[in-house]
Amino acid sequence: MEAIILQILDGLNKGSAYALIALGLTLIFGTLGVVNFAHGALFMIGAFCAVTISRVLSISQIVLDETRTDFLGKPLQVKVPYVDQWFGPEMGQLIVDWSVPISLLVTIPIMIIIGITMERGLIKHFYKRPHADQILVTFGLAIVLGEVIKYFYGANPVPTPAPSAFVGSLDVGVLIGLDPFTVVYPYWRLIYFGFAAIIITAVFAFLQFTTFGMVVRAGMQDRETVGLLGINIDRKFTIMFAIAACVAGVAGAMYAPINAPNYNMGMDFLVLSFVVVVVGGMGSLGGAVLSGFLLGILQSLASMTEVIDIAPGINQVIIYLVAIIVLLTRPRGLMGRRGVMED
Amino acid sequence: MLGLKFSDFALFMLVVLCVALAPILLNPFPASSELAQFNAGYPDLLQRFVIFGVFAVGFNILFGLTGYLSFGHAAFLGIGSYAAIWMMKLLTMNVIPAIILSVIVAGVFSLLVGYISLRRSGIYFSILTLAFAEMSYALAYSVLTPITGGETGLQPKLSDPRILDAELSAGESPAANLFGIGMRDSYIVNFGDWVFTFNAGYYIAGLFLLVAFYLSIRIFRSPFGTMLRAVKSNQNRMSYTGLNTKPYTLAAFVISGMYAGLAGGLLVAMDSQVGPERMFWTASGEVVLMTILGGAGTLIGPVLGAGAIKYMENILSKINETVLKGWFEFLPDAASEWVVLFLNMFTGKSWHLTLGLIFMLVVIFLPGGLVEGGQRIARLFGIGKKRNQTVESDSAASK
Repeated sequence: MEAIILQILDGLNKGSAYALIALGLTLIFGTLGVVNFAHGALFMIGAFCAVTISRVLSISQIVLDETRTDFLGKPLQVKVPYVDQWFGPEMGQLIVDWSVPISLLVTIPIMIIIGITMERGLIKHFYKRPHADQILVTFGLAIVLGEVIKYFYGANPVPTPAPSAFVGSLDVGVLIGLDPFTVVYPYWRLIYFGFAAIIITAVFAFLQFTTFGMVVRAGMQDRETVGLLGINIDRKFTIMFAIAACVAGVAGAMYAPINAPNYNMGMDFLVLSFVVVVVGGMGSLGGAVLSGFLLGILQSLASMTEVIDIAPGINQVIIYLVAIIVLLTRPRGLMGRRGVMED
Repeated sequence: MLGLKFSDFALFMLVVLCVALAPILLNPFPASSELAQFNAGYPDLLQRFVIFGVFAVGFNILFGLTGYLSFGHAAFLGIGSYAAIWMMKLLTMNVIPAIILSVIVAGVFSLLVGYISLRRSGIYFSILTLAFAEMSYALAYSVLTPITGGETGLQPKLSDPRILDAELSAGESPAANLFGIGMRDSYIVNFGDWVFTFNAGYYIAGLFLLVAFYLSIRIFRSPFGTMLRAVKSNQNRMSYTGLNTKPYTLAAFVISGMYAGLAGGLLVAMDSQVGPERMFWTASGEVVLMTILGGAGTLIGPVLGAGAIKYMENILSKINETVLKGWFEFLPDAASEWVVLFLNMFTGKSWHLTLGLIFMLVVIFLPGGLVEGGQRIARLFGIGKKRNQTVESDSAASK
């Protein structure tokens, strides 16, 4: 029982990342009709925004501390971050400590700029080209972005700490009436799940309850008619692309403390996220989120020792197995819209 | 000639010549010169050129003709490799049975995968093939370790049975051969400052490339090939005329799977080792890159693309910071520092950046790949010639 709860928590956590990326992919596919293979790269760039900010915030000046001496009897050289000097030691420490959440403030504008540049500069010219061409050009872009990041940050993962307040683990078992120390789960992963839930809700609310969202949804249904009504649907869709990039970016930034980011993480997530999108149904936002969490949980449950004893290796292949079964039995995926890439 | 039209025969003969003379053509710089690092005429790289040429030619039969974009072709390459290495471990170090088995096993496996995946098309087909390939990769890494050797992979060992081979004498290691001709045997010619290496393994692999290329020309020109192109241009219409397209696409899928298996078998024949990373999806992506870069749907494109990518992988990645510094010594210090820093982004370890950029440029501006680029340049020169002629005639008239 405890093991299952733990695995479900783990699955929700994995599922959050899948769902956030898949949500962005589906937003882009549903609005622009473009299959974006560079979406994983956007996730990776978001993670490296967090890395950059935490590095920038801890840029230090070497100061001589007269009160202490090193082993030669000279005044000790201490590294003091500039933020310490500007905001005072306490505030400075806090800012350095909370660098990952703070980096979101920078990640969002950066991702919006990247998103708009990408859409206007590259993707725009590929609306009328076949899907294979879109896949190929964005695949090339993903390679380029990955290599640029690798050039600046190296090929090794860059560990980025979460705020120290969230470093420990929460005894989830006690909260739901189990014995203490049976279900213990790291704080930051729980926060990531909550964060993902907020982002997903926000995107859905934005599409459902604002005029802008209404126009976008109408455009997803019938782009031409909306255009004929005198609405500049291209601009709206560009903004949606920026939002999708933003979702991927913040998902990546918040993911940095969970898994030390490296230049390849985007590709690893992308392959799985595509499976998630296809299982959920191309063009269905709900389907993307649902299948993201579903596949995350299935993957976690399959890696329990009891399951592996029965079917060895199942944890490695479960996602793909589910994808094959779903695609063959439900051609549109779990919640696919009628008429969207059915063949 | 050989059942080919004249233009196809000429192309085929050109490829024959290139394969035969590659050790000379690709070694244009004398060994002592600065430019010797651009030489690509050494056996390892030449073998890779032709083997990945086979792989890409096979992929092109599927993608170029039917338009089905498979993202899991490396699985067939990997499975062919495993089949070949087991043949070498159990039967004989002779490469012929290994290659035959690798083609057969890859064919059977691709029949299975193709039968399921081809029930869908478009991006769903891509995802299905990707799923199968990733499953093969994950299983080869974990559960199937007794067969695949897991992370370490497989190599022929002294203790293997090899029932057809004579007992190895002490100190001798098992080496892949073709009736006694070792794959690593080379005939080295020194011609002045130039060094040319004629490697037996390369020529054997090259022979397979020629056979594969010839078959691909025949397929392209056959009614079967026409049918596949019809599937690409409009599958619905094919179905409306009462034709079941599945046998055709499945046949194309299996043929290209067998090509991939052949490439896998050849890889094992050359380097006698295999690991699961050969099936990773990046390997599948690579063959897609090769085919597109060269020109999907053209005959010679995939071979060119495979050559271009393998050349970049081996040559570009050799140019590191010290080499660059050597080149730009003549510039003022500050300038050379910046130039080296800038160029270093594109060479050495980060050669993938160049690959990605070139690939993007090709997809954006040259959907037909290098072949289309070549045609455009040829057309440019064609126009240029005419102009020259008119200028000459004008000048002649003025005289």
